[in-house]
Amino acid sequence: MSTHTFFIAAAYAVTAFVVGGLALRAVLDHRTQARALEALEARGVNRRSRPKASPRPDGERSAQSAG
Amino acid sequence: MIRDLANPTRFMSLSRALLPWVSGLAALLLVAGLYMVWFVAPADYQQGETVKIMYIHVPAAWLSLFFYSLMAVSALGTLVWRHPLADVSQKAAAPIGAAFTLICLVTGSLWGKPMWGTYWQWDARLTSMLVMFLIYAGILALWRAIEEPNRAARAVSILTLVGAVNVPIVKFSVDWWNTLHQPASVFRLGGPTIHPSMLVPLLVMAVAFTLVGVALHLSGMRTEILRRRVRTLTILEAERLDAQAA
Repeated sequence: MSTHTFFIAAAYAVTAFVVGGLALRAVLDHRTQARALEALEARGVNRRSRPKASPRPDGERSAQSAG
Repeated sequence: MIRDLANPTRFMSLSRALLPWVSGLAALLLVAGLYMVWFVAPADYQQGETVKIMYIHVPAAWLSLFFYSLMAVSALGTLVWRHPLADVSQKAAAPIGAAFTLICLVTGSLWGKPMWGTYWQWDARLTSMLVMFLIYAGILALWRAIEEPNRAARAVSILTLVGAVNVPIVKFSVDWWNTLHQPASVFRLGGPTIHPSMLVPLLVMAVAFTLVGVALHLSGMRTEILRRRVRTLTILEAERLDAQAA
C-alpha cells in the first residue's frame, strides 16, 4: 500500500459512515412513522373521524393530499 | 406518468414494489464497483493509489448536483404545478443531497492534502461546493423551522430556486476561473480524458451511488407520506376528543 493509506482509508470510512447513517436513519424513521400510524388506526382514528362542522386545521390540505 | 404518481396511495404501492429492486441493484453494483476499484483499476502514474479516493469523490459530487437539480424541479412542482408529491420529494432529497455534498468536500480534502499539500484552498470549485453545502444546510433548517407543511414547502421552494443559481457555478467554475481543481475530465466536449481502465470503475461507482441515492430518496418519500398521514390523523383524533368533551 502507498504512503497515503491513511487518506484513502479515511475517505472510504467517512463515506461508509455517512451513507450507512443515511440508510439507518431511513429505516428507523420509516419504522417510527409506520408504528405511529398503526397505533392511530388501532384507536379507530381514520379520515372519517372528523366531527361535523369542525373547521379544517391550517395546512391540512397538504397533509391530506399527500397522505 | 407524473400525473398518475400524484396519487400518494398509488406512489406508495409503486415505490413498495420498486424499492427492493433498486436497493438490490445498488448493492450489487456497489460490490462490483468496489471490487474493480480495489483489485482491477491501476494506480495513477502521478497520484499513485490516492486515485482510489476519486472513485467516491466524483460520484458524490455528481449526486450533490443531481439532488439539488431534483429539488429545484420539485420546487417548481410545488410553486407552479402544485403537484401534491413535489414538496414530499423536495423534503426527502435535501438530507441526501447534503450528505453527498459533505462526502464530496471531506474526500476532496483528504485527496488534496497528499496531492496539493493542503486540505483546503479557496478556489472557485471548492468554494462554490462549500456554498452548495451551506445552502443545503439552510434548506434543512428552514424545513425544521416552519411546522405547517404547506408554508414550509413554499418557503423552501423559493430558497431552493434562489440557490439553484449555484448549480451552474459549481459545474462551470473550473472553466470560468483559474482554479487549482482540475477541469472536467468525463463529461466534456471531445470525450473523456480518463483511460478506460479507470473510467469503467468510475462509471460503475457513479451508477451504484446514483441507485443508492434513488433508493434513499424513494424510502424518504414513503416515510414523509406516512409522517403526513400520522399528522392528519393526530389532528383528527384531537378534534374528535374535543367534540366529545364539548
